[in-house]
Parts: sequence; structure tokens; C-alpha cells
Amino acid sequence: MGYEDKELKWVGTRQIRPDGVDKVTGRANFGADLNLPGMLTGKILRSPHPHAKIVSINTDKAAALPGVKAIVTGADMPEMPSEMAQAGEGAVNFRYLSNNIMAHDKVLYDGHPVAAVAAISDAVANEALSLIEVEYEVLPHVIDVEESMKPDAPVLHDTIFTAGVEPKPEKPSNVVMRVQMGFGDPDAGYEKSDVVIERNYTTQPVHQGYIEPHAAVVEWTENDECRIWCSSQGQFMVRTFTAKLLDLELAQVRVTPAEIGGGFGGKTTIYLEPVAALLSRKSHRPVRMVMSRDEVFRATGPTSGTAMRVKIGATRDGKIQGAEAELKYQAGAYPGSPVAPGCMTAFAPYALENVKTVGYDVVVNRPLSASYRAPGAPMASFAVESAIDELAQELGMDPIDLRLKNAAKEGTQAPYGPKFKSIGYIETLEAAKAHPNYNIPLGPNQGRGVASGFWFNIGMQSSATVNVAEDGTVCVISGNPDIGGSRASLAMMAAEVLGVDYNKVKIIVGDTASIGYNDVTGGSRVTFATGMAIIQAAEDVVQQLRERAAMTWDIGVDAVVWEDGFARPASANAGDFKPLSLADIAAKAGRTGGPINGKAAINARGAGAGFGTHICDVEVDPDTGHVTVLRYTAVQDAGKAIHPGYVEGQMQGGVAQGVGWALNEEYIYGEDGRLQNPGFLDYRMPVASDLPMIDTVIVEVPNPAHPFGVRGVGEVPIVPPLGATANAVSHAIGKRMTDLPLSPPAIVSALDS
Amino acid sequence: MAQVVLSNELGRQFAGGQTHFDVDAVNVRKLIGALDEMFPGLGAELQSDGIAIAIDGEIFSDPFLEAIADNSEVYFLPAIKGG
Repeated sequence: MGYEDKELKWVGTRQIRPDGVDKVTGRANFGADLNLPGMLTGKILRSPHPHAKIVSINTDKAAALPGVKAIVTGADMPEMPSEMAQAGEGAVNFRYLSNNIMAHDKVLYDGHPVAAVAAISDAVANEALSLIEVEYEVLPHVIDVEESMKPDAPVLHDTIFTAGVEPKPEKPSNVVMRVQMGFGDPDAGYEKSDVVIERNYTTQPVHQGYIEPHAAVVEWTENDECRIWCSSQGQFMVRTFTAKLLDLELAQVRVTPAEIGGGFGGKTTIYLEPVAALLSRKSHRPVRMVMSRDEVFRATGPTSGTAMRVKIGATRDGKIQGAEAELKYQAGAYPGSPVAPGCMTAFAPYALENVKTVGYDVVVNRPLSASYRAPGAPMASFAVESAIDELAQELGMDPIDLRLKNAAKEGTQAPYGPKFKSIGYIETLEAAKAHPNYNIPLGPNQGRGVASGFWFNIGMQSSATVNVAEDGTVCVISGNPDIGGSRASLAMMAAEVLGVDYNKVKIIVGDTASIGYNDVTGGSRVTFATGMAIIQAAEDVVQQLRERAAMTWDIGVDAVVWEDGFARPASANAGDFKPLSLADIAAKAGRTGGPINGKAAINARGAGAGFGTHICDVEVDPDTGHVTVLRYTAVQDAGKAIHPGYVEGQMQGGVAQGVGWALNEEYIYGEDGRLQNPGFLDYRMPVASDLPMIDTVIVEVPNPAHPFGVRGVGEVPIVPPLGATANAVSHAIGKRMTDLPLSPPAIVSALDS
Repeated sequence: MAQVVLSNELGRQFAGGQTHFDVDAVNVRKLIGALDEMFPGLGAELQSDGIAIAIDGEIFSDPFLEAIADNSEVYFLPAIKGG
């Protein structure tokens, strides 16, 4: 059922989030907050070497320490076959996942876990870690992506032979695979072009920077049930991964989601849960494990650092004739960088006839990369949007006009092949150009940058339950942790369909035993896909309410309509009956068949692609290289903003993270391959005082596949900021900046060169 | 006939470098069966994890019975994750 022609009461309004008071008063329970009787502390011993063979591990002294209850090493983890298996959002190689959680025979990065202990206190656990003797055979390491691709680079895995190249390699390599996509002939396009831009670009790995470190409590019961309480982006993902790694049946594992203090993709995988489970099984007591910030930086997923080359050619009228990109992405210690989506998204905003992207997935001695909003897209977008900006400069065109000249629209063939369905990219460009911020005059040392970005958005599997209480209040059960205000948006959609007050709808996030399967909270899917499931569950309730009213009035169900929260006769011919509210019907539900509950389980189709266009104004201090962001304007097609305030929040959050990526964030490794800045003092993320108010414009080009027109909104806003910020800085200092981050030393160096 | 496009890698691996085909199939299951008959082994690869399908511009991460029209455009793509 579509609601596009209906007057909406709740959808599109700004309601108070149900979890807000608990979160601002400290009542909400996050991953580290649970206490169980007899609970132990679990801690992990990590490798100090970036690359080494584990010769031996002696835990005897640690085990003898009073207060130590269990010790786990890689030998305790079941052997996993090296094969891809469907899990969570996509395919996972469980051998790599297992080895990343606990090294088996080799450590591959500074911080790689080698053993874990459970003890009666933090102090005892820490002392036990110091008593574990690990003998390493230290190996040469490689941190940089291009160094890792060289034939003489230290090889991390002797089982990896580059896929996607001919002839098939006979020697192992750090280059996991080569991917290529595109169509037409870019070289022929350059021959027709009046201007050709070709540049190399680099970006550094950056962490998702969630405030809450990874944390889990696990209790292994005497009847072999594994109960987990943890912070994650998906309790079902945690269940699947933990069960697989420990060779358990899914029904043996019950995962209760805690509140989550940020994830941004970094909590779509696991690190602690299987280790805590093994410690609990050995000690027969519940075990809590909480990472320190140091551990979060050293051992959990950043997104990939990259080295890229982009070439774009256009005729004098601004028509792009040819485009290509070569993208080299760091995967970290095991395969799996997001280079393929990088290739797919790089040129997605543009209608091109000749385009080619080639990507390389490369392992290096860094922590395994993890998803980060729009995985793979921001880096590629930075390179392409920088080249587009330079092209506009060379052509003497307004950068938005150049983008409008080449903008993708419905029916455009995307660079990865298929034709776009309904999209709103042009609308974002037009709104950006019309925004007052775009015409504010700039002063000395100031610059303005524009960039656009794209993300696919995804649907996938969701379950939902809507239970009607006897007094007419409603409880909705979702299976997705609430990261960005989804409780509110989901409850608003339920209230809209049922025609009841939003405040009469309460929503909880169920554990894995109390709600059907849900894919992770990720890919900007929850308001779209789980929202669709909740709409269908609410419509199931409406159908039952109409049936109960029909029963009450002794007329056919087709003669009953549901309007504004009341069952009414469809017409005068149906009879003259006093309308029945949801509460009226619920109060008598026992007489008409029993409780009224609606359910839906779907694999949501039709996630509408998202586009955004951003404008960034900066001022650069030429003496210090410090960049001040003066103004930032983010425009995005949301399809339909269910809760505009939270859509704006997603946009502002993405911008803040993207500006940090562009200006300051980077991992600093020493010659010894050890991370030197594993903390927020030395890893510089933007704070509130670093940023101006981020202006937002929500464009609404409805997604026809969703009842309310929703498109996912969480990924797109982190795609354009790298390019927009870099373009602004380049204009401010009069030099093209191609290597992120644009930290003060980098800018001073550029100015001095 | 649906117009089907494989990735360069799959085309090289199974179809002698060819990536574009016209295939008569009413749904994804039949399409994959038809491709597997043309290029033995390709069907298993297309059903492996990590591959998505776009049918007339809509991307499906785990398709099976999705309908394919007579003139549909079908692309086999890397599966998409999110953050």
C-alpha cells in the first residue's frame, strides 16, 4: 500500500526519540554496563609485533596466579575452512575472522590478539597477561599499500594468489584480487577532449571513531547455552558469527542487544564474543570483556587507506568524454577491502560513455579493515571529485554547472552497468546552487569547494512484530539496534499506519529469541527495510481490526474501512454504526478471537539509490596551515524524511566525520610497525568547537518502492566531504591538494614548496 | 531474450572473455541454469556468496525467483555491504 496521496500526521514530523531520556540521564545500558553474579573480567594479550610467527605460548605461570580462572589461545578456537560463507550483510571468510579474533600461528599487526585470560579483577587479569610467555620469530613487515604490492614485499599469506589476472600467478602475493568494470573506450574519449586532468591521490586509513569501545558479557550455561549481551550493529550477526566460530548451533546462542554508542559500520563484525564465550565455558562463570581505547585503535577496523589515480577528459563545453580510475585499497591483515564498491561508486554521479575503473585489494600489516559508512566510496569520491573540480577550473566553468552538464538521472547507465531507476541527483545540485551559502563572497585565504557523492543503499531481511495491548496502546518489536534514532522513525510509521498517537506506540529492540531474523543495522537499511516490515505488520493489525469490527457489527469485512484510528462503515449502505477505535476493539478482543498481533517478515526490495551534494567554505592560516571550516552546506535526497531531524543528524554526522577524514585523521606507524597514536589525544577527530553549524537541505524525490518513499540516508553524507573540503582548501591556498589528511604540516609544506 | 552481462573476471574465467549474452529465461533460477548449460561451472559461481544481480536497474543481494522480462537487462555485480 502506498501513502503518497494521504495526508500524513506523524511521518515527516519531529517527534522525541523514545530512548532519549534514558541516554541523556545515563540510565541506558550499553555493552559494558551489565553485571552478573560471579562475573569475571576478561582481557586480551596482544602482539607487539606487526608481523611474526608464534613459536610458542606458555601460559603456565599465568594459570598459576591466584584469581585466574581461565586462559584461551588460538589453540582453543576450532579450525575454520578458508571459504566464503553467507553471513550478516554478505560473504565472510570465517578462517580469516577466527584468526583475526585470536591469532593461530602468525600475528599480522601490532595489537593482534594472541591469548586471553579471565580473572577475578582487572588487576589480576593484567598481571596474568604479563606472565604469559610468547616466543615470536619476528618477520619483515609492510604498512603502505603500494609498498605491499611490490614483488619483493614481505608476503603476509602464502595462500593468497592474485585473483582476476592472467596468467594465473604461481607465487603468493599481497594483492588479493584485481577487479575491473566500465564500458566504452576512455582513451578514445581523451582524444576528443580539449582538457584532460590526470592526478594521483592518497588517503589514510581512518577509524570509525565510535565513542563506545567494543564490550560484551557472555555466560556459558551448564546446559551449553551461550548467552551474550553486547553492543553491536546486529544481534543476529553476533549470533551467526559466534556460533560459526565456536561450532555451535544457532539455537544455542542467544544475543541480547545493548544500546550502542556508535558503530558507523565498525560494529558489523565481532572481536570479543567468541573469546569471552570460551573463557566463560572454561571458568563456568560469566565473563565481561571491554576494550580500552588503545585496543580499539590497534585492533579494530579502520577503513582502508588508499593510493589512487584518476584521469578525466572533457570537451570545452564541459561534456566529459572519458574517465578512468585506478584504486589501490588496503585491506589490513586479511582480504576484504571495499575496493569493489569504490570502483562502482567512483563515477556514479555522472552519465558517461567511456569509463573504466580498476581496483586492487591489498593486504598490509595493519588491523583488518571494517566497514565504515558507504564502505569504499568516500576515498574514490575524493579523487574523482577533486579531478572534476580541477576540470571545472581548467574549463572556466562553475563546478555545479559542470556536474549538472554531466549528471546521472533516471535511465543513465551507471559505471558499474545497470541503469539507474528514479534518483534525485540533479535535484541536489539545483538545491545546492540555489542555496544562499553558495553565493556568499569569500575573503583572503578563503576557498569554496563542491563535491557530490553516491551510495546504493540496501534492503535485505527484516522481521517485525506489532502487539496491541488491551487498552489500545501498541508495542512494536524491531530486531535492529537503534543507532541513529530508528526507534522513533519506526514507531512513527507504525503510528501513521494504525492512525494512533505516536506516544501510544512503544518500541523495543528484541533479542535473537524474541523476534525473527534481521540483517544488521547497516547499509542505511533500517528505516527503509525494517520500516517496510513494520508497515506491513501494522497493516496486518489494521486488517485484523477491520475483521473484528465487521464481526462486532455483523457485516462483511469489505464494508469496514480503517480511517484515522477508527473502524468505520465503508458507506451508508454498510449500516449506521458508531466508529470503533483501536482501544474499543482491543478491549473486546477476547470476544472476537483473542489478542491482536501483527507480524511481517520480508526481504526488502527496491532500496532507492541516494545522492548528495555538499558545499564547504574554509579559511586557511598561511602561517600555521590551520584550516577553519567557515560554512558547510549538505544537500541530500532522502526520498521521504520520516523524521527530518534525524535525517539532518545523519547528514551532519557524516559531514563531521568526513571533515575529520579530510583534515586531520591518520594512523601514525613507527619504523617498527607499531601504532604511535592509539588515542583521541593524538588521533585528531573533530569536536564541536572545530566545526560550524552544518546547514542541511533535505531534497525529497520519493523512492517508488517504499510505501512512504524512503531512501536510506546514513551513508551518502560521508561521501562528499573529503572532496568538498579538499577542493575548498585547494582554492584557498591556490595549490591542488591531493593527499589526505590536509593537516597543518601538509598545508605549510605545500605553501612552502 | 534478456540481455545478460557478466563481470570481466567471470567472462574471462568461464566464457572465453565474452561478457554479454542474450538468454531466454523467466526468472533468476532459470537464467542461472541456462548460463550454466552454456558454460559449465558458471552457475555455481553465480550463486556463490559475494555476487549480486541487478535486474533492470534494481540490485538484489540474494535473488532466486525474481522475474526476468523478455527484454530485461541483467548484470552480475559484486555484492554491496553497508556501514
